Amino acid sequence: METATPQDEAELAETLRQASEDARPLEVIARGSKRRFGRPIQVASSLSLAAFSGVSLYEPEELVLSAGAATPMSTIEALLEEHGQMLAFEPADLEPLLSGPRDEARRDSLGGVIACNLAGPRRPKAGAARDHVLGVKGVTGEGARFKTGGRVVKNVTGYDLCKLLSGSFGTLATMTEVTLKVLPRPQKTRTLLFFGHDAGEATALFGAAMGSAYDVSGAAYLPEPLARGSAVDMVAGPGQSVIALRLEGSAPSVAARQAGLSALLAPLARVDEELHAQRSLTFWREVRDCRPFVARAERAIWRLSIPPANAAAMLNALSPAEEDYFLDWAGGLLWLARPEDAAEPIAFGAFLERLGGHAMLVRAGDSLRASLPLFLPEHLELEVLAGRIKDSFDPKRVLNPGRLYAGL
Amino acid sequence: MSLIMPKPNESVMARRDEIARALRAIVPGEGVIDQAEELKAYESDGLTAYRQPPMLVVLPETTDQVSKVLAYCKREAVKVVPRGAGTSLSGGALPLADGIVLGLGKFNRVLEIDYDNRCAVVQPGVTNLGITQAVEAEGFYYAPDPSSQIACTIGGNVAENSGGVHCLKYGLTTNNLLGLQVVLMDGTVIRIGGKEMDAPGYDLLGLLTGSEGLLGVVTEVTVRLLPKPSTAKALLLGFPTSEQAGDCVGAIIAAGIIPGGMEMMDKLAIEAAEAFVKAGYPLDVEALLIVELDGPEAEVDHSVEEVARIAAEKGASVSRVSKDDAERQRFWAGRKAAFPAVGQFGPDYYCMDGTIPRKALPEVLERMREMSDKHRLRVANVFHAGDGNLHPLILYDANKGDELQRAEAFGADILTLCVEVGGVLTGEHGVGVEKRDLMGTMFDETDLAVQQKVKCAFDPDGLLNPGKVFPELHRCAELGRMHVQRGQLRFPDIPRF
Repeated sequence: METATPQDEAELAETLRQASEDARPLEVIARGSKRRFGRPIQVASSLSLAAFSGVSLYEPEELVLSAGAATPMSTIEALLEEHGQMLAFEPADLEPLLSGPRDEARRDSLGGVIACNLAGPRRPKAGAARDHVLGVKGVTGEGARFKTGGRVVKNVTGYDLCKLLSGSFGTLATMTEVTLKVLPRPQKTRTLLFFGHDAGEATALFGAAMGSAYDVSGAAYLPEPLARGSAVDMVAGPGQSVIALRLEGSAPSVAARQAGLSALLAPLARVDEELHAQRSLTFWREVRDCRPFVARAERAIWRLSIPPANAAAMLNALSPAEEDYFLDWAGGLLWLARPEDAAEPIAFGAFLERLGGHAMLVRAGDSLRASLPLFLPEHLELEVLAGRIKDSFDPKRVLNPGRLYAGL
Repeated sequence: MSLIMPKPNESVMARRDEIARALRAIVPGEGVIDQAEELKAYESDGLTAYRQPPMLVVLPETTDQVSKVLAYCKREAVKVVPRGAGTSLSGGALPLADGIVLGLGKFNRVLEIDYDNRCAVVQPGVTNLGITQAVEAEGFYYAPDPSSQIACTIGGNVAENSGGVHCLKYGLTTNNLLGLQVVLMDGTVIRIGGKEMDAPGYDLLGLLTGSEGLLGVVTEVTVRLLPKPSTAKALLLGFPTSEQAGDCVGAIIAAGIIPGGMEMMDKLAIEAAEAFVKAGYPLDVEALLIVELDGPEAEVDHSVEEVARIAAEKGASVSRVSKDDAERQRFWAGRKAAFPAVGQFGPDYYCMDGTIPRKALPEVLERMREMSDKHRLRVANVFHAGDGNLHPLILYDANKGDELQRAEAFGADILTLCVEVGGVLTGEHGVGVEKRDLMGTMFDETDLAVQQKVKCAFDPDGLLNPGKVFPELHRCAELGRMHVQRGQLRFPDIPRF
């Protein structure tokens, strides 16, 4: 494959202008960790954003950071950690899920995380990746260099194109620089574990916890076979399903909330165990990165974003085996491992119509990904609008054609 | 008035009666207003310096009527200005002589409250405070709280991406929405999102929020509800200089504390507020901070101690912690009444809304003092200090010589300064007509063209709220032909309207 590697924004603009003129589609690559995410694209050329790497601005006291699209997430996370800060949306690292296990630090890029709007377990409390993007510099498919947003949190000047670009899978514009809101890391983290409950009980527990003022920042459920597979001894050891609730904040606050939350939930379930710093970190990373399904190579992996209280009803409707699902986002995120069957999504598409939400095909073989839409159910009127938006940025359809929607 | 709006389409105005008849067929009864004295009620919004009675006002009651009205207007090339409660401070709902005002006031019902999924489905004409009032008995609330929350509607909040005192911790409107039903200019009704956290495909929810009524008309909103924090306490901190107050704000955040609200007032604002509501503010300080901590009691108590310690370090000469909720409310009373209080010094005031990086505060205050001398007008400052959102209130008398023009020029200077120090033109009030002609200080022609092309994807004929946000109106066909040369846009010489 022929790869263009522009060295600055002017070269990038020229590359895209030329590609548009020639109607020559490009696969956009920052660090390449998500090339198997989204619908497969068949193009002869790729566009590397490797030159747009590095942190260009970081002012911890202003809670703001700007970095090139290809900046490794590991670099950003290390820098933030040094200053006691973090990306509150807890960006998922899906590379092991998409491309197989690996040992070293995460290899994904900031641009990829934003382009796929990847948020982790803190999503219900802190929002998605899109909620933390303050500004973007980029180049449209036609080769027009533009900026949107700024470096301050409170900004309503013009359309919020930062949000439109977040989750667009690189199909509208190539981002060269992203400015993010960063936040202080919590001083203390504690995860409460409840063993041996079913998904219905988990959903009820989530409802009570999230409806309380105890400020729960993570709420996940692993059925027994998946809990056994955890690298955290206290999760795997009991050999039972696990409900996990996370509390974060200052030490006195966490201690007081732990006592209050435990008392509130006591009629539903009793706390069996608690995870402290490192174990808690490891556990939530497993949930964040969909670790339980990394080794299930034969299965298609679906991610259902649903109304949280409907998780149990959705599971009743789908009745997956215990090793084939787990819940995050207090029930609002249902991960499913399903057979690679092109007809099957039609079945759960109907449940989604009834119970609300949508499904996204995160991992599957090329042929299944090519034969299915990325999102179910399909909404024709939204796709028509998506097509018109695509045309306003990339009329010649040169950027990642087909990755988000067939034909776009 | 210096404001220039798009040239009215005379052939549309000539067909006014026919258009009124056709719209009455869609919205029967009293749903169409065409009498001059009644139209006058709609001639301006919260930015009263600009006035223009609309050609007609249409008050639909159903989404189907909105859809038919828009489809008709598109077919007949009639411009449409959507309007909620008309509290916009940027002229977002300023009518057009050849356009209808589409008032959503009759969409005033809370449709569903779903505590299990912690959300509410409401019609756009429900007031911001109305949502909280509908759910507070169950211990929930809707977080964004613009100061006009008693009157402003959630539909307007969506259009403007409204903020409020608490958005440092809880985000703006855009961070608190789950779903929308929207009618496009061609009458198409779309649904975006729902009760789930993420919506599929392009983030239309994020794009439409804050689009100032230029992309679609919102007919239903699903908002996120939050459990009400169990405790809230406020600190009242006075400083000998505004620099010290600014430092204190930075230090609180650097210490990892994100207050529910963090407001600052300068000397003139303090004096005005104290004279107006007797909140007990100290008068011998240059700057006052109100820092509110909310959350579980143990956390609040811990943070209050931390903030008090930081304030002492930064030289606070006054430091008080609210003993009970009544005292906390008293601390806020002055801040909340700051606008009318400053208005007493008036008779008129002009409220600005720029955002700056926090660290630029001392410089911006100093430069503002110079500008105040230059324009010979007084300015009082209240701001959301935590997120750098300034609300300078310029005092003038519209009946005195060129004071209004000077106030406008002063305001433009302030906003230009905000952009110069790395900030933006508007933090929460919107661009509307007010800051429209300043967009060029923040965005270049390409930036604006990219945004306007998005508009074309929704409304290719430019009928929905034209004359707002963008300093120049381009026909979509022109934008489509814009030639990109070596990464530069070559602009034909397009006349300004």
